[in-house]
Amino acid sequence: MTKSAILVENVDKWYGDFHVLKNISLNVNQGEKIVICGPSGSGKSTLIRCINQLEEHNAGRISIEGHEVIPGQRHKALARGHIGMVFQQFNLFPHMTVLENCTLAPIWVQKMSRKEAENIAHRYLERVRIPDQADKYPGQLSGGQQQRVAIARALCMTPRIMLFDEPTSALDPEMIKEVLDVMIELANEGMTMICVTHEMGFARQVADRIIFMDEGEIVEENDPESFFANPTNDRTKLFLSQVL
Amino acid sequence: MLTTLSFNNAIHWMRENLFSSVTNSILTILSLWLLWTIGSGAWSWLIWDATFVGSDRTACLKPEQGACWPFIEAKIGQFIYGRYPDAERWRIDLLFFISFFGFMPLLMPSAPFKRVNLLFMVFVYPIVAFLLLSGGMGLEYVETSLWGGLMVTLVVAITGIVFSLPLGILLALGRRSNLPIIRWSCISFIEIFRGVPLITVLFMASVMLPLFLPEGMNFDKLVRCLIGVALFAAAYMAEVIRGGLQALPKGQYEAAHALGLGYWQTMRLIILPQALTIVIPGIVNTFIGLFKDTTLVLIVGIFDLLGIVQLNFTDSSWATEQTAITGYVFAGTIFWVFCFAMSRYSIFMEKRLATDRKDN
Repeated sequence: MTKSAILVENVDKWYGDFHVLKNISLNVNQGEKIVICGPSGSGKSTLIRCINQLEEHNAGRISIEGHEVIPGQRHKALARGHIGMVFQQFNLFPHMTVLENCTLAPIWVQKMSRKEAENIAHRYLERVRIPDQADKYPGQLSGGQQQRVAIARALCMTPRIMLFDEPTSALDPEMIKEVLDVMIELANEGMTMICVTHEMGFARQVADRIIFMDEGEIVEENDPESFFANPTNDRTKLFLSQVL
Repeated sequence: MLTTLSFNNAIHWMRENLFSSVTNSILTILSLWLLWTIGSGAWSWLIWDATFVGSDRTACLKPEQGACWPFIEAKIGQFIYGRYPDAERWRIDLLFFISFFGFMPLLMPSAPFKRVNLLFMVFVYPIVAFLLLSGGMGLEYVETSLWGGLMVTLVVAITGIVFSLPLGILLALGRRSNLPIIRWSCISFIEIFRGVPLITVLFMASVMLPLFLPEGMNFDKLVRCLIGVALFAAAYMAEVIRGGLQALPKGQYEAAHALGLGYWQTMRLIILPQALTIVIPGIVNTFIGLFKDTTLVLIVGIFDLLGIVQLNFTDSSWATEQTAITGYVFAGTIFWVFCFAMSRYSIFMEKRLATDRKDN
């Protein structure tokens, strides 16, 4: 019934001699929301960066909506698979206005007309609740606003899958909520999402499954309730005792 | 009331800033003495003891003679046009005029019709410039061996500037390419051209290159020099631009890739606009170096501004003790004006881009 959005099969990844991902397998169904957590250096960011081929995996298979992504053909796979990505450091383009940031990819990748792209951009900027900042430059916005622009920018490509790489880690505490609210809204609309985050409240509220990674392996995988109530693995228990 | 107040202020300011301690006072007096010596010397040589009117060397022979300005006046035509035939000099004037009104609006961010302007400068201007300078289409053909003076300086400098920037960008990108053949070729090119003196490049271009070319295939000496200068400057430009590329955070590349932009789109839309802005001072520095290096074309027998000024020192009807130094001061001033203008323009652009974008 439910179709697979992302299928990761026995993926390995090395940085030189360092084995970052060890035989990772993961299936994400369409509309599913996955939260990945774990200590730093556990490979969680690398995993989602392999999914949209910012990093190339060395062994195993990754398929997006049934199409295998082949290392070296990143561009093609991305344009087809409609994966949006939000980064820890926002990575907005500082030399462009908010609106230009949002219309860039629709115009140049999807060959949309400028007017059409601007309409879509305005719609998404409204959805992330910053419609009045369209003509400002990223440097003039707060961190929370910048991250919401980054979300809007990714949404303008109408992705079916959204990847979030620690989207709130670089934010001041008072700005975390405004970004999480946008993400919760997105989750409620049925977007397939994978979030690497330490926001356990968010995980509990939206995640269908929580995945705990340590030293390049998936150590524990469970629904939020069981994950928080009865962690089975010692490393998970230790981690939870530190973050909760 | 007001005057006493400002007088008191001035005294106060001087005490604070110029004479606050014994060392400071000594330095102040020393500096004033230096300024006075240089200033008064310059004043008397440039103006007070200088000759302004005259028709030959006899005007510039008085004791304690300063600058011999009539020499410049008499030779100004040569200094600007070289040995370009008198009857055809209107073509150079026309080209100066077209260049000025072609480049100026392009350099002014607020000027309208940028696109038309750019298309004109890229597609029409080079053809017009070529026809006006060397002839053809009804215009009398003028050999490049007759070209000289400021006109050659500008031709070499502008061609060098116009070609070295795009070439430098390509080399810089190539040096960071993932494709080994492209990367190695770019590194070799850059390191070879950066590792040899420009004089060597010019010699190679004018003397050695014809030896390698097949019989009968020979192009103009000036053109060969232009190519040499452009390639030489491109190697420097590439390294300047590489600095800008490396200064950009990796996240910019990743964000562009995550949005599905291809390599050239990423470079053109995201990376280069930012990287070039960062290295404007370095780019202009290279341009200024290039502009002054044009004087080296003298070595292969092309007379640029400095070359033609020097050539005229041998004219016996203007041989005085002050002729050479007057000529050098004149040439130096012209070079300085152009370089200073470039420097000011770069500062203007930096400020403008900084306020435009307000990055953080």
